[in-house]
Amino acid sequence: MKEFKILAVVAFFTLVTYWGVEPFAHSQMHKHVESNNFSYDGKADIEEASKAIEVAKNITDANKKAKVLDAANKKLADKKAFWAEVSQVSKLKGNAAAGEASFAACMACHNGSGANMGGVIPPKLDNAGSLYDKNYLIALIKDPAMASNVDHKYDNTMMHPMGTVKTMITAPQQIADVVEFIKTKKVVKLTPQVAFEDACGRCHANRYGNLTQLGTTPKFKTEQEALTHRVKVLDEQDKIKAYMGKLPPDLSIIDRARSANFMETFIQDPQSQLPGTSMPRVGLSKDGYAMVQAYLEKTGDPSKEARHALGPWVIVFFIIFTMLAYLWKKSQWKDLH
Amino acid sequence: MAHFDEKAKPFSNQWMNDRLAVDTVKKVLSTEYWIPKNINFLWAMGMILAATFGLLIVSGIFLVMYYQPDTKTAFDSVNYTIMTEVGYGWLWRHIHGVAASVVFLIIYIHMFTGIYYGSYKKGREMIWLTGMLLFVLFSAEAFSGYMLPWGQMSYWAGMVITNLFGGFTKDFLGGIGNIQALVEWIRGDYVPGQAFLSRFFMLHVFLLPLVIMGVIVLHFAALRIPHVNNQDGEEVDFEKSARLYKEGNKKESEVIPFNPVFLSKDIFVMGIYFVLFFYLVFYHFEFAMDPVNFDPADGLKTPAHIYPEWYFLWSYEILRPFPFNVGLVAFGFAQVAFFLLPFLDRSPNVAPANRRGLFGIWFWLMLIDMIVLTIMGKLPPEGVWNVIGFVAALTFIILFILLPFITKTEKKA
Repeated sequence: MKEFKILAVVAFFTLVTYWGVEPFAHSQMHKHVESNNFSYDGKADIEEASKAIEVAKNITDANKKAKVLDAANKKLADKKAFWAEVSQVSKLKGNAAAGEASFAACMACHNGSGANMGGVIPPKLDNAGSLYDKNYLIALIKDPAMASNVDHKYDNTMMHPMGTVKTMITAPQQIADVVEFIKTKKVVKLTPQVAFEDACGRCHANRYGNLTQLGTTPKFKTEQEALTHRVKVLDEQDKIKAYMGKLPPDLSIIDRARSANFMETFIQDPQSQLPGTSMPRVGLSKDGYAMVQAYLEKTGDPSKEARHALGPWVIVFFIIFTMLAYLWKKSQWKDLH
Repeated sequence: MAHFDEKAKPFSNQWMNDRLAVDTVKKVLSTEYWIPKNINFLWAMGMILAATFGLLIVSGIFLVMYYQPDTKTAFDSVNYTIMTEVGYGWLWRHIHGVAASVVFLIIYIHMFTGIYYGSYKKGREMIWLTGMLLFVLFSAEAFSGYMLPWGQMSYWAGMVITNLFGGFTKDFLGGIGNIQALVEWIRGDYVPGQAFLSRFFMLHVFLLPLVIMGVIVLHFAALRIPHVNNQDGEEVDFEKSARLYKEGNKKESEVIPFNPVFLSKDIFVMGIYFVLFFYLVFYHFEFAMDPVNFDPADGLKTPAHIYPEWYFLWSYEILRPFPFNVGLVAFGFAQVAFFLLPFLDRSPNVAPANRRGLFGIWFWLMLIDMIVLTIMGKLPPEGVWNVIGFVAALTFIILFILLPFITKTEKKA
């Protein structure tokens, strides 16, 4: 029938246009990064270091080239050695009881006092076993700057706010024990908000979730109290700003602003999407990320449930409307031809 | 004073007829407004546009109750207040956003239907011109509305588009359009800021909708006397056919009344459209809400890619591949080219493009060229995309220059 032919032509050109401006254009604008499935083996770090060597080879100034190339080669060797050691420690069998003793050393900073140390507030570790990946925790204790892939910020990774851990817990077995302790004893049933606050909330606010870098903003009786609190938040933000270079963005609606692929790969290795960023790798496990993601969806796309509840009814209404309209049309047009 | 029945009861039919001529109005605008029978579903696009515009007005009224035109609170009033605190605010917002995008798809279908069937000539010029005026007004309405959430894309699209007016310097066409500080005058500031947002808010919710409603009435009025075209471009003897229809010879008559016969088909097509429309509203609205605009406006951080909404991409791409001043002229040409269609088409024939020889080729080339321009307008301007975009922009201009020549050689059918 002629009308269907016309409809096919209209649909064809509409879909070609849609394909061109949406899936195709976005595939060209944003580079696709493969997810490493939340396993932390340094693959991406080593690849990045190899790429830096290629870039260094293209430098024209011979003097500069030799220098940069030298540094890049050394960086690659360091990364390879580091992640190979992490892999070795990972194979050791940890002893949680022995780990608990060493873990006491962590409590000096990770005590929940909420005081900023060297730029950020050290996280409480009560939920760390549920949130973070085992390999990542091993790497973090060995060398925090290397593990979080922000070593480019430091000439000496001892300068990292948590750098001193390198001198406190050193033996491979000791590291394996502490990680075993965290992975078996620091385990809770996570909720989305707690996951967000622990993993992201010390640098990123979420104003739609009523969160600042100091946690949930309470209700205040007087304006003075509210302002006092506000000043505290600003102080904390200034310290983070000094440490990170800029205030990390509020994540209220980041769920709508970035694609799922971006979020997932960015969280596993921020350098893969924003080379040079001062955002550290957080080391979330797959389950830990699922919880963080649930929170971001809750604040960023709060109408999802309501949409899915109402959608089918509206569509069914219009299907019935269309069927009735068709019957009316048929009755009106029956004598015309 | 004209004759009127003093015994008629207030508000009875007779009473109303004496005062408002309701029966005559009903006949003229509805039951004896004759539409050719020989039409397809593309003839329903006008009513679909009217319905979508209605949805935009209604959803817009609900949104404007909570939207705050302040650079500090605009973003959160849309993304937080309306989305979480206002009952069904999310629904109104998604309807408004999706309708704003889909309305342009329907406008383009409506426009290309008119071009394909030659519905812009032989007495129908005013329909075409008022329609094109509506297209321009809808474009302004869409652009001003896009500023309001005050996200990154609002801010930077506002920056880029107002920068175009910075082209009128003493270097422009030998200084004939030298207007100093025009950009600042439009923005009310050196960069888009509070003054900019306030005035675009006013344009979006007051002045432009008002003008659009007026021009819609004019567009409908322009249609009443020359009547709607039909899918073979035949000249219908409306008086004869109307007589046949009223005598009951509906099969022999070539026309149908607007109400209820034509309307019954319109409403059916509208039903199908609404099923698709609400599918998009509930399950697939991302295409109408760019992710970049969910980052709050930041004048210190330029987004990696700045592009307009999909319906502006073709004219954006005509601007982009040329040097600034040449691009500005090309862009200006693209804006008015379609207005000139009834005068550039020199053929006396009103017929579907496929039966008009060279014009048929012209039509499909133009359609494909505009889709190519649209896609290239969104892609980053690098490498082969640049070349394709440049060729497509030239093709667009050349096609319009060729139009009078190829239609002049067309034989009278």
